[in-house]
Amino acid sequence: MKELLEGSLAIAKAVSLCKPGVVSAYPITPQTHIVEELAQMVVDGHLKAEFVNVESEHSAASVVLGGSAGGVRVYTSTSSQGLLYMTEVLYNIAGMRLPVVLTCANRAISAPINIWNDQQDSISVRDAGWVQFYVENNQEAVDFHPIAYRIAEDKAVMLPVMVCMDGFILTHGMEVVDIPSQEQIDKFLPSYKPLYKLDPQKPITMGPLVDPDSYTEARYAIHETQKELLKFIPQVVGEFGKVSGRHYNGLIEEYKTKDAEKIIIAMGSVCGTIKEVIDELRKKGKKIGLLKIVCYRPFPAQEIYEALKNVPKIAVVDRSLSLGSYSPLYAEVRSLFFGKKKQPKIISNFILGLGGRDITKDSIKEVVRLLNAKERTCEFIDLKPELLKEEYKDE
Amino acid sequence: MKEIRIHARAGQGAITTAALLGLAYFEKGMYPYAFPNFGAARMGAPMNAFVRVDVQPVRLRSQIYEPDYLIIVDPTLMRGFNCFSGLKDNGIAIINAKEDFELPKIKAKQKIFVVPANDIAMKTIGRPLGNTAMLGAYAAATGELEVSTLIEAIKKRFSGKAQEGNIEAIKQGYAFIQGKNLS
Repeated sequence: MKELLEGSLAIAKAVSLCKPGVVSAYPITPQTHIVEELAQMVVDGHLKAEFVNVESEHSAASVVLGGSAGGVRVYTSTSSQGLLYMTEVLYNIAGMRLPVVLTCANRAISAPINIWNDQQDSISVRDAGWVQFYVENNQEAVDFHPIAYRIAEDKAVMLPVMVCMDGFILTHGMEVVDIPSQEQIDKFLPSYKPLYKLDPQKPITMGPLVDPDSYTEARYAIHETQKELLKFIPQVVGEFGKVSGRHYNGLIEEYKTKDAEKIIIAMGSVCGTIKEVIDELRKKGKKIGLLKIVCYRPFPAQEIYEALKNVPKIAVVDRSLSLGSYSPLYAEVRSLFFGKKKQPKIISNFILGLGGRDITKDSIKEVVRLLNAKERTCEFIDLKPELLKEEYKDE
Repeated sequence: MKEIRIHARAGQGAITTAALLGLAYFEKGMYPYAFPNFGAARMGAPMNAFVRVDVQPVRLRSQIYEPDYLIIVDPTLMRGFNCFSGLKDNGIAIINAKEDFELPKIKAKQKIFVVPANDIAMKTIGRPLGNTAMLGAYAAATGELEVSTLIEAIKKRFSGKAQEGNIEAIKQGYAFIQGKNLS
């Protein structure tokens, strides 16, 4: 049913339709509304789950790890410092092959303290073994939660999934979303039947000490599963399309790329603003397109290559940094073309929207303008030079 | 596409105002995107809420710099800051203030409507939260929404006494501007 909902409430509804048995989280802006609403649902009896109050994100992640190991479908969400505080446990969850689903309401990382949106938090844990989806709008945010559970819990996968949505812009943005019915979700997402679980009647050990004889193989296995996911995700997303009527690719989305001479690559809500600018510029005859990366882990390198191999100029938009090196998305896009016969003449990199700096249509037009014959790495858009003057006073 | 910018202080209900506007436009079958921007994220700090509305889903995610309509919930914000920045040449502003409020200079086709929304709110709700009276004034000043549509939105958000009071506030805010137009 179509409703006008705040993003966070829409996510809470979507999660509750997936019927998790254990929910645990620690409040942090801008994620808080999601778990507040879930807690209310539990209290009101609309969601039959155990909501575990904890004293930190490290504990929240540990609780859902434990719940999942016990054979129960679990949910948590966080942002920013909260996600960093979870990091140790995030690696454990993936390493133990537990199908946890987590929503990351993307927010900048301290210091300086900043509660606003960029994508540094989830990018910083990209290597933990989790699948990562980045959504453009609240409808995608809703839809990718049942998709996340379905992928995570498949016996051929058994890996956690993180749904990343831009904090405030989406979490606090009210827009029209079609919330799936319980029947639709039940048809798409069967109840969770774990392969193994912690059971006092049949004791097993999970996540034990593994010596050099077998550690490599445990890591190799996760890597292999991640690669297989590049085939499996489109399949699951296709099945979701049959049930919901909303069709996604699941890995990438191409917007007006077919004849494009310039293509912008981006992830998350900024893709909406980019599409608006593309439509404006195309009316003036400029052949521009967007390649939206939906699935960042596993990284759909082959799909991106096929989409971009004949495009002369590429702009990679990063909303996070790898301080002291190339930006994360840029580095990966750049490297997938290495040694290939066909490749763009120019692949430039632009940094936008850090710590909530507003990304306007003009910001995107500046990216298009600077995507010229000169290749750029880490070109900061909307930088304020007047704030960069250094003034020291010797005491 | 229409763009509305609300100026308020954190805690004055601007997000609820944006949400109610969104709900009213949604009742009309349109696609709103209502969102806040917090400044210092502290009670009393200046903040904005925005509504962008179109006949199809809104994709543009930036803040609103060239609004069609302005809703100024707290006129003290105008002392040190140009709330009118970027208002379209034919834009309309609704200001919550007493009638003797000194109006800023505006362009020929721009319009300002002043409504004593806090006074209306004291009478109807019992608290100086003029948001819903402002929405009634917005409907009358812009012709964008019917009072009945706003009341439907109120019913989705409030119940009991709060619902009654806010519906009355909308009606009085609307009537105040209507009366102005007639005189």
